[in-house]
Amino acid sequence: MTRDTPGSADLECLALCKQFDAFTAVDHVSFAVPSGSFFSILGPSGCGKTTIMRMIAGFLEPSSGDIRIKSKSVLDVPPNKRPVNMVFQHLALFPMMNIADNIGYGLRRQGMAKPEIGRKVDEALERIGLPGIGKRKVDELSGGQKQRVAIARCLVLEPDVLLLDEPLGALDLKLREHMKVELKALQAAFGTTFVYITHDQSEALVMSDQIAVMNHGRFEQVGSGRELYYRPETAFVAGFVGDSNRWKGRVTRAESGLLQITTQAGLQVTGADHGRGLATGDQAELFVRPEAIRISRQAEDLSHLENRMSGQVTTLLFNGADSRAILEPQTGGDPIEVALPQSGEYADLKRGDVLHFAWAGDQANAFAVNDQAAPSLEAQ
Amino acid sequence: MRAGNKLALILLLTPLLLWIGLLIIIPHIDMFLVSIRERVGVGKYQISLANYWTFLGEPLYLVTFARTAIMSVLATVLTLIIGFPVAFFIAKIAKGRLQSSLFLLCLVPFWVSELVRTFGWMILLRETGLISNLLQWLGLVDGPVELLYNDVAMIVGLVYTSMLFMVVPLVTTLESLDDSIIEAGYDLGGSTVSITREIIIPHAMPGIVSGSIVVFMLSLGNYLTPTMLGGKDSLWFTELIYSQFIVRFNWELGAAFGFMLLILSSAIIWLLLKLTGQTLEKTMT
Ligand SMILES: Nc1ncnc2c1ncn2[C@@H]1O[C@H](COP(=O)(O)OP(=O)(O)OP(=O)(O)O)[C@@H](O)[C@H]1O
Ligand SMILES: [Mg+2]
Repeated sequence: MTRDTPGSADLECLALCKQFDAFTAVDHVSFAVPSGSFFSILGPSGCGKTTIMRMIAGFLEPSSGDIRIKSKSVLDVPPNKRPVNMVFQHLALFPMMNIADNIGYGLRRQGMAKPEIGRKVDEALERIGLPGIGKRKVDELSGGQKQRVAIARCLVLEPDVLLLDEPLGALDLKLREHMKVELKALQAAFGTTFVYITHDQSEALVMSDQIAVMNHGRFEQVGSGRELYYRPETAFVAGFVGDSNRWKGRVTRAESGLLQITTQAGLQVTGADHGRGLATGDQAELFVRPEAIRISRQAEDLSHLENRMSGQVTTLLFNGADSRAILEPQTGGDPIEVALPQSGEYADLKRGDVLHFAWAGDQANAFAVNDQAAPSLEAQ
Repeated sequence: MRAGNKLALILLLTPLLLWIGLLIIIPHIDMFLVSIRERVGVGKYQISLANYWTFLGEPLYLVTFARTAIMSVLATVLTLIIGFPVAFFIAKIAKGRLQSSLFLLCLVPFWVSELVRTFGWMILLRETGLISNLLQWLGLVDGPVELLYNDVAMIVGLVYTSMLFMVVPLVTTLESLDDSIIEAGYDLGGSTVSITREIIIPHAMPGIVSGSIVVFMLSLGNYLTPTMLGGKDSLWFTELIYSQFIVRFNWELGAAFGFMLLILSSAIIWLLLKLTGQTLEKTMT
């Protein structure tokens, strides 16, 4: 389909595969990244993200499939001639050169005149907010500054596509939060197409226009952050993007997409299959986000929602804006994690308090159980 | 506890200090003292620089001195040129078992003594040797060829003897170069030549310098290889020292020669460090 509209996508991968001996690291991955957009590949460690990146950059030969940049196949183009640049996982700045020489390296290789290089380097340093550091050595910079230099080193070459392989992985949490915003701003300022790899969902959700969720060498779902969050198409995506309460159970009633599910621990809940066609008797897995569950001290407040229950607070997990409580349903069954609104009403909540809680049936995503596709991570 | 540590430190350092003191510092002081005395009568000596004047006044000594220095530098450069790709292959391209067996292969020649190693070259290169016979058998030459007893044979022997001491430090420094830095070079449009020049060689500089220092000193102080493989005109400075000490019993002049050699090697190493902007501490760690 992307072939019909040449020029709209900066980067296209078509049925890309990579085998290492018998092991398939990347399995028929296809995607197109529109010009000037921020595309993320999100997946757990070892799912094949770096392998895709290295094939695009030219360091690995795909076993099959095609890579096109601006609609031209680049399979025969060596890495030093490809119009893509890569920010490496550990940045790979050249420690033997100063900052200006690092940024100017690619320009020197293009044979640009010295004064021109100097001007471009200064301009790039200005743009990343670090003017005047050109003479410094690499190890005289902080982690975040190195980060920006590594990006500038690629962006001065004005590549068609910039690849970033978990570039924030080495930074501490605070700096990572800061760099997320900064990266997005840099991308907007340069207008370059970014392909960004991460295993951190919040990085992907905050920065990306489009996210591909990857697992075991395949793309599970490609969509905006919102789509992945509210309408996951597979159990893996539901489990990987955001937190969820998850239960396994059996479908006891199925009615126009709304399901009644009895969990293994005996909890009766309703959920929606969003067109996945589950039928009575199927084994199902149900995902409900803690923040999709409404809580109240009065049962009447929740009368418009389907899954109404009450439970005792067994654990309070205070984490500022993201505080949670774990409730033990009075009807018995699995403990349920709910998000606590931080508007003050629940500031005095204690262990042992009884709360009413409920969620809308369509907020609960049900998937047919398909064991090998289930992610190995624990929901909580 | 503290006192125990101190004692352990003293015990550990004692052999090292003894070694440095007894085998290096004291002999050198003594040699220096011997080199600045002049025999004026039977059993009578006076302090003078006469031995050094003798050295400077005799063209044969000066020529041999310069030749030894130049040939040692040449041998070092050749060892580096051959050793660098070998080290790069071992450190960056070979993987797993191939890597360790190649490394071992560099070590194998050192399982036999230097004499045997040098003799091996003689078997290959002499008039009735393997290469001469091979060339005759191939019809490339009419009669037996003598490949021994010339400067080329001597340089070959020196390079061969020192190869390991160049390869080991190079492999160590090259292994510490992250593969992704080389890849980043390619990614940014670098060619193999420019990456080698701007990234790999600067990174390997401490290894290059320390390997070169060791190889240079080994070549300069080598006695066996120049004597056995070199020809009549390939006089090595160590041979002059040997003849002063052993043949002529002129210890005073021999000591002065030894001191000149020490000054020469120190000067060239200093020059090398200055030229490459390295420090001795950096290259030896
Ligand atoms: N050269 C190789 N030979 C054999 N297997 C490989 C090779 N490179 C990668 N793999 C395998 O391919 C899989 C994917 O590796 P890849 O590096 O792409 O993971 P990743 O998604 O980037 O993980 P991480 O988030 O940990 O960096 C892994 O299981 C890995 O063991
Ligand atoms: Mg990776």
